[in-house]
Amino acid sequence: MAQFDLNDDGVVVIVGSGAGGGTLGNELAQRGVKVVMLEAGARNEIQDFVNDEWESFAQLAWTDMRVASGSWRVAQDFPNLPAWIVKSVGGSTVHWAGASLRFDEHEFKIASAYGGVKGANLLDWPIIKADLDPWYDKAETKMGVTRTNNIPGLPGNNNFKVMEAGARKLGYKEVSTGRMAINSQPRDGRGFCQQIGFCFQGCKSGAKWSTLYTEIPQGEATGNLEVRPNSHVARIEHDRSGKVTGVTYFDETGALQRQKARVVCVAGNSLESPRLLLNSASSLFPNGLANSSGQVGRNYMRHMTGSVYATFEKPVHMYRGTTMAGIIRDEARHDPSRGFNGGYEMETISIGLPFMAAFLNPGAWGRSFTSALETYPRMAGMWLIGEDMPQESNRVTLDPTAKDKHGLPVANVHYDDHPNDIAMRNHAYRQGAAVYEAVGATVTYPTTPYPSTHNMGTNRMSANPRDGVVNKFGRTHDIKNLFISDGSQFTSGAACNPTLTIVALAIRQADHIAGAMQRRDI
Amino acid sequence: MRTVDPRNRYSRRFLLKGMAAGLPAAAIASSAELSVSDAWAEDGPLAPLTMKTLVKVARDIYPHDFLGDVYYVNAIKPWNGKAASDPAIKTMLEDGVRHLDADAQKRHGVPYVDVGWEEQRVKLLEGVEKTDFFKKLRSDLVVSLYNQHELWKKFGYEGPSADKGGYINRGFNDIDWLPKT
Repeated sequence: MAQFDLNDDGVVVIVGSGAGGGTLGNELAQRGVKVVMLEAGARNEIQDFVNDEWESFAQLAWTDMRVASGSWRVAQDFPNLPAWIVKSVGGSTVHWAGASLRFDEHEFKIASAYGGVKGANLLDWPIIKADLDPWYDKAETKMGVTRTNNIPGLPGNNNFKVMEAGARKLGYKEVSTGRMAINSQPRDGRGFCQQIGFCFQGCKSGAKWSTLYTEIPQGEATGNLEVRPNSHVARIEHDRSGKVTGVTYFDETGALQRQKARVVCVAGNSLESPRLLLNSASSLFPNGLANSSGQVGRNYMRHMTGSVYATFEKPVHMYRGTTMAGIIRDEARHDPSRGFNGGYEMETISIGLPFMAAFLNPGAWGRSFTSALETYPRMAGMWLIGEDMPQESNRVTLDPTAKDKHGLPVANVHYDDHPNDIAMRNHAYRQGAAVYEAVGATVTYPTTPYPSTHNMGTNRMSANPRDGVVNKFGRTHDIKNLFISDGSQFTSGAACNPTLTIVALAIRQADHIAGAMQRRDI
Repeated sequence: MRTVDPRNRYSRRFLLKGMAAGLPAAAIASSAELSVSDAWAEDGPLAPLTMKTLVKVARDIYPHDFLGDVYYVNAIKPWNGKAASDPAIKTMLEDGVRHLDADAQKRHGVPYVDVGWEEQRVKLLEGVEKTDFFKKLRSDLVVSLYNQHELWKKFGYEGPSADKGGYINRGFNDIDWLPKT
């Protein structure tokens, strides 16, 4: 396995090992580029995963200090847990649900499609869907997405069957077990889904695609990729010309190390990536790296989100089987006659009893709450995921007081719902309840958003350097050899889960970086 | 379809885990007959009556009539240890209970635990809902109560499944009451 010297200034340093970083690392390694991947979390493998929500949370989740602010309810319910994402090798591909959908055409050009939306900072991407389609093809093949490449869909579990029956009664047409990066048949050296449930706790069968046991070992096998777990990057450094020269990071012993680099790619997700750029401020870049536009950390998106759970007379056992293999797409279209821009998906979701107690209605107590919990085996559930409006004031900043264990300022995540988000959520709550009432739900529960799992937009792509942080390849407008490789590049969030798009962009970016290195452009 | 049998079967693993967490012997030996006062027949900085009140408060916050006191005792018990290592926590708990008792005396002429109806006790709790005492107790309880593996089956939740081969042959799609579509 490769081991590179700290003074090797020919390597590409990638910060993070999730959908963006993990994919980019493998793709570069396959092209012969030397890569050092720095991951803040530990290397937990499949055998380490546990089917126990709180124990797994302690093992995998990013629980280092963060601060939530703004009028969103998460700031009140979970003031230090604005996001539920992973700190472990593989990043959030360890706990993601596997839903793998392409953006729609209009979702790449929301400024044009939606027109002026008061209070929102809409911008078209510098690419259109046709630019990304060939890379979506590669991503779907790599990840083994069901209903693409002649891969059959997953079988529907009880939770899906309830949602499907209700959806058909309402007249919804686009209802299926979805496009999932979870093997429905053996593929790529991995087995097929055993309907375990616990997709959010790390897949014990390995049927679900995760960079942890696909991209990363494949990259390591080339001899070009070295992964360093428990390595928390503190700063990105640059020379007098403004080119980045490497990073400093705290290693597993807490000692500060300096890794030199030819190129630095930041893929720490939409909260940590802008935090790192801001924490890397210098006399040359007093507002943080790549921030001449002032857009670093801004336009934070997290999807509209919400859930609807419903209680029935008879058992459902929604937690049995694949957590999110179920989708209704009819509401994903852009149709302003519903009173909002953009659209949303309804996707099956289930959480175990311990998380249901914590998330069904955070802070609630007393008999109306406990009588809901007592219907647990008779519950069905869906997640609502819709496009939220980018707003300049929704942003990640460095908290003025809170520091992490290394003494570094932590991310303050500020979010206010836009009126468009609220109108969409209310519509989605009504439609979700209607789906379940159509098949006999006795009670429905409009459940408030969980801490964010989809974090996007805080280093967005723009054609004009004034409007965003990176260009159409994720290269920062200000610094030639500094790239952003995660969902923080997103100019809009679309009505679908972000991972497939992050992977497609990472494959495309690898091609771009390897080419530029070969041409000695960087 | 396969449903879940809610009856209790203590697994050896749970017993060992419980003992490791310092459960009182009485709680393990015969949970059904455990009385709340027996559970506190050991040293700790909090008075037995304080603990007894906290257990009652715990049940009033998350009332489940099919759960014996043992689950609430298990959930509250760790506060005794936290109070031992942090005087501020001890004060917070004692002041909180004292306040509830004083309010109960004023309104009903008896301490909190002797107020007859849950509805009346809930009114007393609503009076302290915004205090640290209540907020910390509740946010701890939502984990310390519902994360006890032994009560999962009573709620019809089956817990870990990977060690049983998942649900692929154990009813992931066995729902049999839906209307035909």
